[in-house]
Amino acid sequence: MSAPLIEQKKTVTIRFAGDSGDGIQLTGTQFTNTAASLGNDLSTFPNFPAEIRAPQGTQAGVSGFQIKFGSVEIFTPGDECEVLVVMNAAALKANIKELKPNGILIVNTDGFNARDLELAKIDKDSNPLTNGSLDGFKLYQIDVTKLTRTALENSGLGKKEIDMCKNMFVLGYVYWIYNRPLALTISALQEQFKKKPAIFEANVKVLKAGYAYGDTTETPMTRYEIAKANMPSGVYRNINGNPATALGLVAAAEVSKLPMFFATYPITPASDILHDLSKHKNFNVKTFQAEDEIAAICAAIGASFGGSLGVTSSSGPGIALKAEAIGLATMLELPLVIINVQRGGPSTGLPTKTEQADLMQAIYGRNGECPVPVVAACSPSDCFTMVYEACRIAVEHMTPVFFMSDGYIANGAEPWKFPQTKDLKPIEYRYAEAKEAREKYLPYVRNNKLARAWAIPGTKGLEHRIGGLEKENLTGDISYDPDNHQFMVKLRQERVDAIADFIPLQTIDQGNPEGDVLVIGWGSTYGSIRGAVTETLAEGINVAHAHIKYLNPLPKNLGDILKRYKKVIVPEINNGQLVRILRDKYLVDAKGINKIKGTAFTTQELVNAIKEASN
Amino acid sequence: MELTLNTHEAFTAKDLVTSQDVRWCPGCGDYSILKQVQTVLPELNIPRENIVFISGIGCSSRFPYYMETYGMHSIHGRATAVASGLKATRPELSVWIITGDGDSLSIGGNHFIHLLRRNFDVNILLFNNQIYGLTKGQYSPTSEIGKITKSTPMGTIDHPFNPLALCLGADATFIARCMDRDPVHMREILKRGNAHKGTSLIEIYQNCNVFNDGAFELFTEKATKKLETIFVEHGKPLVFGKDSEFGIVLNGDTPCVVNLAEVNTNDLWIHDETNRNKANILVRFFDDEVNQTNLPRPFGVFYTQNRPCYEDQLTIQHAQALELKGTGNLDELLRGKNTWTIE
Ligand code: SF4
Repeated sequence: MSAPLIEQKKTVTIRFAGDSGDGIQLTGTQFTNTAASLGNDLSTFPNFPAEIRAPQGTQAGVSGFQIKFGSVEIFTPGDECEVLVVMNAAALKANIKELKPNGILIVNTDGFNARDLELAKIDKDSNPLTNGSLDGFKLYQIDVTKLTRTALENSGLGKKEIDMCKNMFVLGYVYWIYNRPLALTISALQEQFKKKPAIFEANVKVLKAGYAYGDTTETPMTRYEIAKANMPSGVYRNINGNPATALGLVAAAEVSKLPMFFATYPITPASDILHDLSKHKNFNVKTFQAEDEIAAICAAIGASFGGSLGVTSSSGPGIALKAEAIGLATMLELPLVIINVQRGGPSTGLPTKTEQADLMQAIYGRNGECPVPVVAACSPSDCFTMVYEACRIAVEHMTPVFFMSDGYIANGAEPWKFPQTKDLKPIEYRYAEAKEAREKYLPYVRNNKLARAWAIPGTKGLEHRIGGLEKENLTGDISYDPDNHQFMVKLRQERVDAIADFIPLQTIDQGNPEGDVLVIGWGSTYGSIRGAVTETLAEGINVAHAHIKYLNPLPKNLGDILKRYKKVIVPEINNGQLVRILRDKYLVDAKGINKIKGTAFTTQELVNAIKEASN
Repeated sequence: MELTLNTHEAFTAKDLVTSQDVRWCPGCGDYSILKQVQTVLPELNIPRENIVFISGIGCSSRFPYYMETYGMHSIHGRATAVASGLKATRPELSVWIITGDGDSLSIGGNHFIHLLRRNFDVNILLFNNQIYGLTKGQYSPTSEIGKITKSTPMGTIDHPFNPLALCLGADATFIARCMDRDPVHMREILKRGNAHKGTSLIEIYQNCNVFNDGAFELFTEKATKKLETIFVEHGKPLVFGKDSEFGIVLNGDTPCVVNLAEVNTNDLWIHDETNRNKANILVRFFDDEVNQTNLPRPFGVFYTQNRPCYEDQLTIQHAQALELKGTGNLDELLRGKNTWTIE
């Protein structure tokens, strides 16, 4: 047998798919960490069913994980994949549309028995493995179940435990194809099965068996190599959006030396932030799993009243429940960070799919005139930066602040040139100081940022009352005076507007400072837009990209930037929200490009939109 | 944020009066409660700056505005949740929750029961007037069945909550009842509640003379009070009546009124605050439709229990984490487990 050819490639997109019990997410994560450690740039997209135990073997139960990695800059997890690994018939049926023509298709033949076909609702007489429908792909059929069982014949493990190792066979095989080392995965397995050495050994054995299978079978397959990406020098780690959010919060607490109180209620896709933070009890952060969404935000407000930085997190449905309390925090003028990891809505909507449809909710979604600052992350690692910014603004301006993420970046991963503590912006705050003289304390006296002093219980001489009723400026006394109400409404708006002086100006991500088409985005569309703008710029189109991270207030120079382009298009994973705000605020003829399918834009979709706008 | 025990400045009831005009209706039971709280607080040896009143919405919830301490008038039903966050982060503060029957048992029912089970060391004063006052006279979750109100012209068909039974069900660790018209007893109960480590739930019968006047008349008026009420004290027999001529005995689990001329005091029910089963019977003294035997309404401390407080457990966990892992190092955390270097 001749050694397989080794071919260099710039980028590869692989999708692993199988039943939600097949360990697909673990397989994908392991492949990702190894690619990252080899210096590839990458972007991932996990895709799982909404039900925890969706019926096994059915399409509803299919879990997927896509990774695009390469030796060049990677913008997104990729549109279609070049390699598809499927563990059963349902996974094939659900994913085959997205495999490129002539792509590599690796199937576990054991997942195509009569029963599997029936569950996948495939007619038993048209088994795709035999009916020729997969002729357009490079099909590799492997009986993964059988090979795994053979590898663990004498392990003494039960059949169920043995079959749980199947995913490692596939991972080993794919590692062989892309010429990747096993070491990192082996040490991760060791950590994971610390207390179960037999399971650890079985997994490693099967992982190696999968690798050896590539080596020894006469698989007439080319092997590939993907060199390191040319990224800025420095030390990198791999990061997902939710863990980055948790780290950003810990960093804000540590840098400011402010105790943080994170009160939340579990909800997809935000819960991982709680899971992560609750592990870091040796840092300056307390976590509280409240009885519901309302309790969570109210407890956070109580903590902020006491001098901690209160933080609450949720997704759209939970944010709806918190609305009244956000209004209270606005009236109290206390710092508070509200995290919204958006998902498809309205109502329960699409819990495990992404959407950007809560921007209007964040900016306007409360009773009364209730302005709240809003910032948004544009990538998994940017969650760290922007949630940190949310904390800074909340404390320095004594206001609730929204931090927006979404399911796509919360679960997606990318390499991160993580910062060091000394590089982080300071967070300035000061509690009001105790007074000996017993005179009436004025809680709403303001500084140059229009922020009041943070006078916390336990401080002598500053006893005062705050509340949700309209109040008189300075004294905080209840006031139903008509002029006072108008004054206070305007003042609360001014407080938010004033933040524009304390945030960075809008920059152009790439492209000309003026020209034909400006693509404006916010949030998780960053990668797709950047990819599409890179491509269209290379084709000579006069296009530029600006990505807004501070959505309320908007950067002061945004209006000027908008005027410098003939056309403005605004791609969003919603039915048109930022586009309306821009049109409203700047009277610009911006056009929305909208996709509301629970998935990100493909690069091609945006390339087309840019080309159309430039005509 | 440090605790200043015993060295703090003394203050009087007068110091606790704020510049805000008290806006309750003249004759409202709230005035008495405000007065008793202002009277008791200076005697509790708590620095004034460490006292915080947190309320929801309703007539009673204006209370913090009338107390020259720290205070927050929050949103409807949520005072308990706000107080939880405050107490979790500032265990040294003396936190008082002011709420009403609508605020705590209707819109805020969820937070109310969860606060009780977590057993934060706070005091809840539940002003029960069996009506919605601030919204001008609709029935509340404690209004008796058949009550004619603005929203129930044909009478309510809602079975009412028994607040203390609900609290017992939620594993409250201190349950007591007093009334606006008995200031001496109220002050005693307030002190007991404050002394209890854990959530102290004090139900206060409060007359809303505008929308539900006389709701508790039987218990508060001289003519009927002695026959219709029983004041329970730990270790003492359950005795009541004009001249303490009646007592309560337990026949199995059924309470019965007996004449002391016929029954030996030794056979009477001796109140034991730590007896949960008996507390269960005591809190149901008025709404047991099956065994309705015209029992007097109990006042006093029904039940107490020692159970760890949430905030203490939280503090302990953090101390343990610190001991186990050492003070968190942010740079190490940011670095994570796997890194690689690009030259
Ligand atoms: S409406 Fe009733 S409860 Fe409210 S202040 Fe007036 S009397 Fe008191």
